[in-house]
Amino acid sequence: MANVKVSALHKHFGPVHAVRGIDLDIPDGEFTVLVGPSGCGKSTLLRTIAGLEEIDEGRIEIGGEIVNEMRPRDRDVAMVFQDYALYPHMTVFGNISLSLRARRMAKSEMEERVGRVADMLGIKSLLERYPRQLSGGQRQRVAIGRAIVRNPRVFLFDEPLSNLDAQLRDEMRGEIKRLHQEIATTMIYVTHDQVEAMTLADRIVLLRDGVIEQQGAPLDLFEQPTTLFVAGFLGSPRMNFVKGRLEGGPDGVAVKLNGGGPAWPLPRGRNPVLANGAEVIVGLRPEHVGRAGTGPAAQGFARVEAAIELVQPTGSRSYATFKLADQPVMAELQAHDISHAGERMCVDINLRRVSLFDPGTGKAL
Amino acid sequence: MKARLTPWKLGTRRLREGAVRIVIVGLFIMFVLVPLYWVIVTSIKPSKDYLTVPPVWFPAEPTLVHYTAALFSYRGLQGLINSLIISSAATLLSAVLGTMMAYSLARFRTGGQHLAFWVLSQRFLPPVAIVLPIFLLFRGWGLYDTHIGLILAYTFMTLPLSVWMMYAYFRQLPKSLEDAALVDGLSHWQAFRLVAVPLAAPGIAAAAVFIFISVWTEFFFALILTSRYAFTLPTIFRAFLGFQGAQYGEACALATTSLVPSIVLGMLVQRHLVRGLTLGALRG
Repeated sequence: MANVKVSALHKHFGPVHAVRGIDLDIPDGEFTVLVGPSGCGKSTLLRTIAGLEEIDEGRIEIGGEIVNEMRPRDRDVAMVFQDYALYPHMTVFGNISLSLRARRMAKSEMEERVGRVADMLGIKSLLERYPRQLSGGQRQRVAIGRAIVRNPRVFLFDEPLSNLDAQLRDEMRGEIKRLHQEIATTMIYVTHDQVEAMTLADRIVLLRDGVIEQQGAPLDLFEQPTTLFVAGFLGSPRMNFVKGRLEGGPDGVAVKLNGGGPAWPLPRGRNPVLANGAEVIVGLRPEHVGRAGTGPAAQGFARVEAAIELVQPTGSRSYATFKLADQPVMAELQAHDISHAGERMCVDINLRRVSLFDPGTGKAL
Repeated sequence: MKARLTPWKLGTRRLREGAVRIVIVGLFIMFVLVPLYWVIVTSIKPSKDYLTVPPVWFPAEPTLVHYTAALFSYRGLQGLINSLIISSAATLLSAVLGTMMAYSLARFRTGGQHLAFWVLSQRFLPPVAIVLPIFLLFRGWGLYDTHIGLILAYTFMTLPLSVWMMYAYFRQLPKSLEDAALVDGLSHWQAFRLVAVPLAAPGIAAAAVFIFISVWTEFFFALILTSRYAFTLPTIFRAFLGFQGAQYGEACALATTSLVPSIVLGMLVQRHLVRGLTLGALRG
């Protein structure tokens, strides 16, 4: 059990500046997810914490101790790899117990600990098998078992679920979350999958091009993205972006979409620090665009008439695409709200949940 | 309408395929097995049967007299023992050093891009260009005509081969396994010994067999660097061609004897050998 602190970390691979000055403070017992598109430096950051990559600049502390020069074996961290990295020439027991053997643990204690972990993960009957005789899910469990058997101070996960099929991935995701609730050790988890990040994390750290774009609780990032990139990365289907322009109105600021239509008054308290007439990008989450009710549009909602061009039913919801001021927008509808493309319907847009971004800097307004 | 194969047509096709197979197998037998058979059978023929026309396919009175002559009169036994010592020691040294060096090249990029190629370039020199300097050095160091001298010479000669075979092997071994071992608390040396080497065993076995065979059959260096004491099996064969004519029986007896270790070794590591040779072809 330990906190992890990363300060001003830099890492180069030849000409590539993979990690560019990252500061990160992960409290003891927190589940932190590093997420971002491929090449954003998240795996590199994880590997520097494990000690598998040397760092060029900065400082890494685990439990208050600077570990910059420390070998991986002395850092007391455990890691689960994307390809599981099970030793093919050892049985499941051999795989799980290797770290204990490396520390010359007594055989009876070793067997007891391996047995306990195998029980916990439901792989007790597999201990004598070799990795090639296991299914993907079983291999994943063995890899996790190998990590938890040592009671490390910190767990590191490097995209552990990306090799599993969808159903198994959901199942293992739940198990990892349960595991964290049971053992409450600091966990750092790397993924490119925003659903994994949202469901698992106490805190999401969203990386882009080697720097932290935004970090915080999952819902904070989801509801108050500070940049266009974060808004587009989190959420599925992703946020709609529509170009528009600010206008001063009698009741405060309004936004007018570029393709025409009436200006939408923004709720009070939303006073973007931009001049009238400035270009903005309007962000609308699909779940904030829904079928209009029977009465007039409620306070804070804008009603538009939509000609639905594409319907994607998922069973519980249907996603409908239409053109809003000549720009494509996706709405999340109840499954029976719409039957087929070509229908015309009224949709209400929740203006209280609209995000505004500066198209020049990509920053939220 | 689909063309159907009548039983008759099917029969001729089978026949044709069978014939092709027989021809190919026949050629193989002619080029590989017949000479081998001839060597073995000549080694137990009485001298009068060597060159008769028509040839004697199997002697009426097989004899082991050539074996005793080759092994004792011509000091074949001593050569056999020398060869076994020298080949095993050189193979062991070359495989161990080669594996460690290849691992270092593959994992730490030791020496940048050029060291690995430089190692291979040692084989570009014709052996005759290096045997004379080695001869002079060995005489000065007291290594001439010693087991150790020849073991060292063969180790350095075969090192490029073992380094390159193992280099290719380690490069296709996933690095995450060793990363996992390091995080699991192993030192780099332990990760090499407990994870990388066991996984590379097929490659090491294949390299060892190649090294052993090339050392076992080497003639030129052994001829120059040894004389009466540390001589190896291949150097004895020149004694069988003398002024009184060729000693076919003794030559064949010694050749047959010298086949045994290579065949035993090949059989022992056959399974590894096939996997080692097809490295990269199949994964998982």
